[in-house]
Amino acid sequence: MAWASLSDFLSMGGYGFYVWGSFLVFLICLVGEVVLVLNRRRTLLKQLSLTHKATKNEKNNETTT
Amino acid sequence: MAINWFKYSSPASFYSLAGKLIPIFSIVALILFVVGLYISFFVAPTDFQQSEAYRIIFIHVPAAWMSMFLYLIMAGWAAIGLAFNTRLSSMIATAIAPTGAMFTFLALWTGALWGKPMWGAWWVWDARLTSELILFFLYIGFMALQAAIDDPRRADKAGAVLALVGVVNIPIIYFSVKWWNTLHQGATVSLTESPKMASIMLTGMLIMSIACWMYSIAMVLIRTRTIILERERHTVWVSELHKETT
Repeated sequence: MAWASLSDFLSMGGYGFYVWGSFLVFLICLVGEVVLVLNRRRTLLKQLSLTHKATKNEKNNETTT
Repeated sequence: MAINWFKYSSPASFYSLAGKLIPIFSIVALILFVVGLYISFFVAPTDFQQSEAYRIIFIHVPAAWMSMFLYLIMAGWAAIGLAFNTRLSSMIATAIAPTGAMFTFLALWTGALWGKPMWGAWWVWDARLTSELILFFLYIGFMALQAAIDDPRRADKAGAVLALVGVVNIPIIYFSVKWWNTLHQGATVSLTESPKMASIMLTGMLIMSIACWMYSIAMVLIRTRTIILERERHTVWVSELHKETT
């Protein structure tokens, strides 16, 4: 399927709005979901490391006094 | 050599197994998406009736298939979690819901954008479309119900009941085009009859479907691992895990 030109490709036989509207939202949803879940994981790991440090400091304080 | 089926049912061992599987499924999904999209636009020919608008089929059908397939998998894991009280099964069910809801939304969205030029309407209260919309509400309801209950174990039970009740909707969606006189077309792809689609179009669509499947597995595994960390944050293995990373 050889497209005559880029504009021919973008016009998509006159249905460009519908085809690209579908494919763009598809791409946005998938990429968006990946970003959201990785973000959720990163903030959780940060939280865990903070609570981990806090418990470690508490232990040090207890032993030193 | 007896296979220990329950080796990976403990969150800790599943966590490391999933960690190894995620890159594999992600890479396979990426490659299949590239190949699938290339076929969708540069290999599959123009349709004699719908010219180029038909190319939406390459994401509409995979999304619709995934929306139904993921719901059945979610209900399956929820049932196992409910019956055997295995918390990892319920975690997987909880992890599937967002991805399933997304594919349902995409099926409805791409369907509407395909329907407007071809049927002349963004939306009609057709049996297929309406039951798919109900599926979307079921996913949202499942997530809302689980979010509304503080204790994760009780949330799992409540969610499982809702998921199981909603399973009846899946065959309704699938057979709606056969049972009622719907505007939506009938089943084009069937395992028994000869294909009614041009082979290159069918191949492109199947590649995109497998790509969506691999993508879903990777996403569910990542989200399950996150849920495991969230729920098991007080355990020793999570804090140990944490020593290495900091």
